[in-house]
Amino acid sequence: MWIRLERRPEASHLMSYASPAIAIVLMLIGGLLLFAFLGKNPIEGFKVFFIYPLSDLYGVSELLLKATPLMLVAVGLAVGFRANVWNIGAEGQLIVGGIAASAVALYFQESEGAHVLILMVIAGCIGGMLWAAIPAFLKTRFNTNEILVSLMLVYVAQFLVSWLVHGPMMDPDGFNFPQSAMFEDSALLPLLTEDTRLNLAFVLALGALIVGYVFMFRSFAGFQMQVAGYAKNAARYAGFSARRMIWIGMLSGGAMAGLAGMAEVSGPMGQITEHVSNNYGFAAIIVAFVARLNPVGIFFASLLMALLYLGGEQAQQYMNLPSSISNVFQGMLLLFLLGSDVFINYRLRWKKEVAV
Amino acid sequence: MESSILSSILFATIVAGTPLIIVALGQLIAEKSGVLNLGAEGMMSMGAIAGFAITFETGSVWLGVLGGMAAGALMSYLFAVVVLTLMGNQVATGLALSILGVGLSAFIGKPYEAEILPTVGTVRIPLLADIPIIGDPLFNQQILVYFSWALFGAIFWFLYRSRPGLVLRAVGESPSSAHSIGYPVIRIRYMATIFGGAMAGIGGAFLSLFYTPLWVEGMVAGRGWIAIALVVFATWRPFRVIVGAYLFGGVMVAQLFVQGSGLEINIPSQFLSALPYLATIIVLVIISRDQNTVRLNAPVSLGQPYRPDA
Repeated sequence: MWIRLERRPEASHLMSYASPAIAIVLMLIGGLLLFAFLGKNPIEGFKVFFIYPLSDLYGVSELLLKATPLMLVAVGLAVGFRANVWNIGAEGQLIVGGIAASAVALYFQESEGAHVLILMVIAGCIGGMLWAAIPAFLKTRFNTNEILVSLMLVYVAQFLVSWLVHGPMMDPDGFNFPQSAMFEDSALLPLLTEDTRLNLAFVLALGALIVGYVFMFRSFAGFQMQVAGYAKNAARYAGFSARRMIWIGMLSGGAMAGLAGMAEVSGPMGQITEHVSNNYGFAAIIVAFVARLNPVGIFFASLLMALLYLGGEQAQQYMNLPSSISNVFQGMLLLFLLGSDVFINYRLRWKKEVAV
Repeated sequence: MESSILSSILFATIVAGTPLIIVALGQLIAEKSGVLNLGAEGMMSMGAIAGFAITFETGSVWLGVLGGMAAGALMSYLFAVVVLTLMGNQVATGLALSILGVGLSAFIGKPYEAEILPTVGTVRIPLLADIPIIGDPLFNQQILVYFSWALFGAIFWFLYRSRPGLVLRAVGESPSSAHSIGYPVIRIRYMATIFGGAMAGIGGAFLSLFYTPLWVEGMVAGRGWIAIALVVFATWRPFRVIVGAYLFGGVMVAQLFVQGSGLEINIPSQFLSALPYLATIIVLVIISRDQNTVRLNAPVSLGQPYRPDA
């Protein structure tokens, strides 16, 4: 007797929702094993990772705060991913968006009024879009692989921000620390409630999810991109412009990543440093996949991913584990998800002995 | 004096290009079989930390290299199970592997961050190493440099002069034809993918054991991605991989030399550091402008899942 995979007559709807759940369970098991392997109490590790961060209201607000950039970036990326436009460089676009927004904040240091924040939002989006426009242009003009170009630009963006905070953007009164001056109040996103760090960007992110949903499921362009994702040739025969889809996919990812960068510098950071991004650009890719490129799913997947971030911080604090354990969980989650997705189109069958 | 500077630039260029050669040749084999593994960055990171940790604990560089190789192979096995047996999306799975590998290596490597390994000496080939200027760079090198050349020779022979190499290419060009004449497509792809992972692991171990002799989180610094770009640049031909790798090695070394030379150049160091990444983009643009060359040389089934419906 042997197990083999057999193609289902029809893709299973149930499995396409169950598969993320299976992946999460497998990730938890993997996590427990990892803790046990490290000689830590797995139950204790589980509590520190998944329960402690949510034990009070402040913890929940931190969760929503961390989920904000993930929602923004993931919904932007999902637009492109649906049409197989692989923007892998959101991390770089986020950094450039943060730089652009910071430039506005530092320029208007003496200024009061809402226009500062509005300009920062616009600058953040444009910054991210500019960075995403490079792979989009090279793809449409020279057919250069957008995965590699957008990824290389992540490193370039990191050097760019490093140069800026060591040079032109460095706080003149900052004792030579590589960081900008703290922003004025007019350049900071208003908090939603006192005593927490949760700010207006969370509302923007929810708005972006709704806009993303409408675009994906209620607009013609969204429909075209969906078709192109499923069947490239069908889209071509129907006369849908592949170039236009590449531009839309890339720029929406760039704009949202740039906005997320703005939300970071103008929110929890309040200044720009070399560490604008906390790997959000890459984590958001996982979010988009776990969410099945669906904005509703992105909301929940972002919360899960944010919990992994907070859990990692807690594990560092209470269990003396490196915070990079978050990335381990994130990578496991995506890998398990991609693996269990096989059951959407296939099912397990006992292979019977065949008499020859 | 002049010639000794030239000689040391050449030496450093070859050393910097070596991990790229090893990793890119490994990926070349995987891609020739039709498997696109974007996880090179993660496999290299795992190879680097495994090599470092094992050498640190045992004192043997060779066990370290073997350990790095095993770590890379294990990671690629994981990848192969997901994309070959479970038919996961190759692009997404490769990304997941990169994220996992970079994260896991940072996690495992934390206790080793402050440690330093002794520098491994070069292996001098008598007589040849006495040739002026090129003697030292070519014939008084790290042993893995010689390995990279041997690997090139072996792969060239394998792909274009041997029957199994022909089968491998057939699997990459048309898996269904290869299957219909009885070749085990999936098994061949498994082997090619794992070979690619093993080479990525050695490339990573080269970085942490020979290149820097230390471990720092993120030390692979995009070399895995550059190696993948290199395969495209080389239009899937081994000799061009070597040329490209030394070209990139040259760019990396040039910026280090300028930064370290104390020359009064008013270019911020960050701009120089960004050069290898910009060079990658430029090279990709140049190569992909000529679509015919890319299309003619790229394995036809690259990135496509295949499942024999038996």
